[in-house]
Amino acid sequence: MRSRILALLLLAAAAFLAGGCATAGTAGTARVQPWERASLADYTMRSDRDPLFTALAEHTFFSRESASGGRGVGGSGCGCN
Amino acid sequence: MPPTTSSSPFRVVRVFRGALLSVLFLFSLSAIARAEIKIGDVFPSLATAGLTGGAVPATEGKILVVDFWASWCAPCKAAFPSLGKIHADYAARGVVLLGVSVDEKPAAYADFVKKMAPPFPTLHDAAQKLVRTVKVPAMPTTYLVGRDGKVRSIHAGFQGDKTDKLLRTELDALLAEKL
Repeated sequence: MRSRILALLLLAAAAFLAGGCATAGTAGTARVQPWERASLADYTMRSDRDPLFTALAEHTFFSRESASGGRGVGGSGCGCN
Repeated sequence: MPPTTSSSPFRVVRVFRGALLSVLFLFSLSAIARAEIKIGDVFPSLATAGLTGGAVPATEGKILVVDFWASWCAPCKAAFPSLGKIHADYAARGVVLLGVSVDEKPAAYADFVKKMAPPFPTLHDAAQKLVRTVKVPAMPTTYLVGRDGKVRSIHAGFQGDKTDKLLRTELDALLAEKL
């Protein structure tokens, strides 16, 4: 009787895991597909959409890190110049 | 009294093995579901894809260029002039260029088409049925489909002149192929 309960518990755990894996693999819970990125591409999703906030954030970054122009993607410390 | 079969540890192993096989089966199913259209695969039928916004162009015996785009995608917009020139240069030679919008909002699709006025036919995959079947790796993605209906090349993204030249080279090679 005990082993039967154990077997049922194992089966339930396996089914739960399988369901979770299948969902993560197919439904895209972790990955947004390229054609589903309309909301992510929206202007409101940009971190630099507010010039005043960007200026303040850059000033704070400069004050704290003693680094100017090193924030963001462009012009960072790539050693190009 | 000897233990019965139901309480033996072998039964637990059997059940566990069954569960493991179920997991493997589900994994294989998910792998199939993730499969995307690759070079050499037959491109899905446009006629049954439920595309809206106009008539699906006749592609029988022609080379097909399918460009998946969206109004929110900046590189897609950048690709339009180049695709327009390719359409102008190759349409008379038996190449059908078709733009497929994956916009979820019909208004976004209509406004973009009105603004860009592409010279090539552009349809709307409103239900995203075709793009889900094809599973494009990036936006935009351009598929070159041969006269046999099989995908001959896939261009993920748009890299300006580089993509333009590559598309033209591949189209020339496809046109040079004997029927």
